[in-house]
Amino acid sequence: MTLDELIDTFSFFDDWEDKYRFIIDLGKELPGLPDAAKTEEHLIRGCQSQVWLTYEAASGALNFHMDSDAHIVRGLIAVVLIAVQGRSASDIQQLDIEAIFGQLDLLAHLSVTRGNGLRAMVARIKAIAEHEAT
Amino acid sequence: MNIRGDFPILQRTSRGKPLVYLDNGATTQKPQCVIDAIDDYYRLRNANVHRAAHELAEEATALMEAARTKGQHFVNATYREEIIFTRGTTEGINLVAQILSQRIQPGQDIVISQLEHHSNIVPWQLLAQRTGANILAIDIDESGDLDLQDAANKITSNTAVLAITHISNGLGTINPVAQLVQQAKAVGALTLVDGAQAVLHCAIDVQALDCDFYVFSGHKMFAPTGIGILYGRLALLNELPPWQGGGEMIDQVSIESSTYQNAPFRFEAGTPNIAGAVGLGAAFDYLSELPMQTLIDDEATLVARALSGLKQIPGVRIVGEPQQRASVVSFLMDGGHPNDVGTLLDQQGIALRTGHHCNMPLMSRLGIPGTVRASFSLYNDETDVDTLLAGVEKAATFL
Repeated sequence: MTLDELIDTFSFFDDWEDKYRFIIDLGKELPGLPDAAKTEEHLIRGCQSQVWLTYEAASGALNFHMDSDAHIVRGLIAVVLIAVQGRSASDIQQLDIEAIFGQLDLLAHLSVTRGNGLRAMVARIKAIAEHEAT
Repeated sequence: MNIRGDFPILQRTSRGKPLVYLDNGATTQKPQCVIDAIDDYYRLRNANVHRAAHELAEEATALMEAARTKGQHFVNATYREEIIFTRGTTEGINLVAQILSQRIQPGQDIVISQLEHHSNIVPWQLLAQRTGANILAIDIDESGDLDLQDAANKITSNTAVLAITHISNGLGTINPVAQLVQQAKAVGALTLVDGAQAVLHCAIDVQALDCDFYVFSGHKMFAPTGIGILYGRLALLNELPPWQGGGEMIDQVSIESSTYQNAPFRFEAGTPNIAGAVGLGAAFDYLSELPMQTLIDDEATLVARALSGLKQIPGVRIVGEPQQRASVVSFLMDGGHPNDVGTLLDQQGIALRTGHHCNMPLMSRLGIPGTVRASFSLYNDETDVDTLLAGVEKAATFL
């Protein structure tokens, strides 16, 4: 699924239930991470739910592998991955992830009060992109 | 009796649905009379207290000191000087932990429990680091009650302080605090009771409890944020050193040294939260006019209704089945992280809290990442409970 397709799909949802069922389904399809990779080193701590992140850089593209202990966060990770997976570090640096969440009306999940690790995850992805671009 | 109409915010919607506010363990909403009292204070009486020689200052001081007297009656303290204004429970505990520094010997024990909020753990850890004392935590049993045998083992002649919560914010357990205080006093220990979750859910009587310190926050009892009360036994307070220096707390000051006022002013350096104290006074007035025991009993009926309803929903597991419970129901849902459940309930206009509730040691003792916590107050009604139950049933279809 491309980002445009995702935004298009979201535009058909007229209530929160459809949207959250879709997000949770996206989360269930996320390949996730093997337990062995869910280490302290890869952990992005949230007050409520946790996110784990690993990545590799190959021929100019960044590939991320992420997981969470919460379904909705996994779904939101899937949304982020649609935007960033396989793109170059400089592309990701340019990307306004917050704007994407705004378009999908999911911005609340990036708020500091949510404590679900998503905001920290977005910051981590940006930091990785910056590190890999230099 | 229904007091919902006194709380303007309960009329609003959340996520386009009528607000169901079940996060009272975090903070309660404010009745119109408290909002009016703060508004009235700033419109008509704002002045600094205890110093200026003018009418406004007199009125402001009178309002603030009246709130102190109301606080004295609320907790049934012997003297009004035993009521110290703080920012809230957290500041009250930090204040006590600070002024006890000289009283603690290396190797002595500070006894807390596995049920404590972080604010009744961390200040004691800091005190232990300063003094070389040890922290011991009374264990709980599987139902979330304190293990009283373990309490008896840990409260010994080596105990310097017992600091214990009156009601658990994570599980709702009502602790047998009077009994524990008695045990601690018998071995010569000082005692602090954290009343943050207790203030609206049972009558507070510091003389009956016989504790040295009792702390609570205004915002959990219909008053504004940023104001709370530390009750301390007067003779003890006047033996203890100040914790913050500044105006208001001194008797005489020279460049070299100062002498201090007695309690309460010794512990109230600087301009206090006057508007907060005025709002707290209005909240005390409001509560004093309510049939508290009836409302507390009604709330207990609601909590029981929520508990039995939740137990009938497949996949719901109640966390904590204490013998005596107030206000709080913590639960988990199969296949769903508390965060998922909280989000799905939030979308239905149901405000509650998910996570560890500042109870990380308790959650790790129970082997869970956190819970979904519904916490009730005196204005909740059956519709709130039924909306919660329907909301949880709906959330279950997502997971």
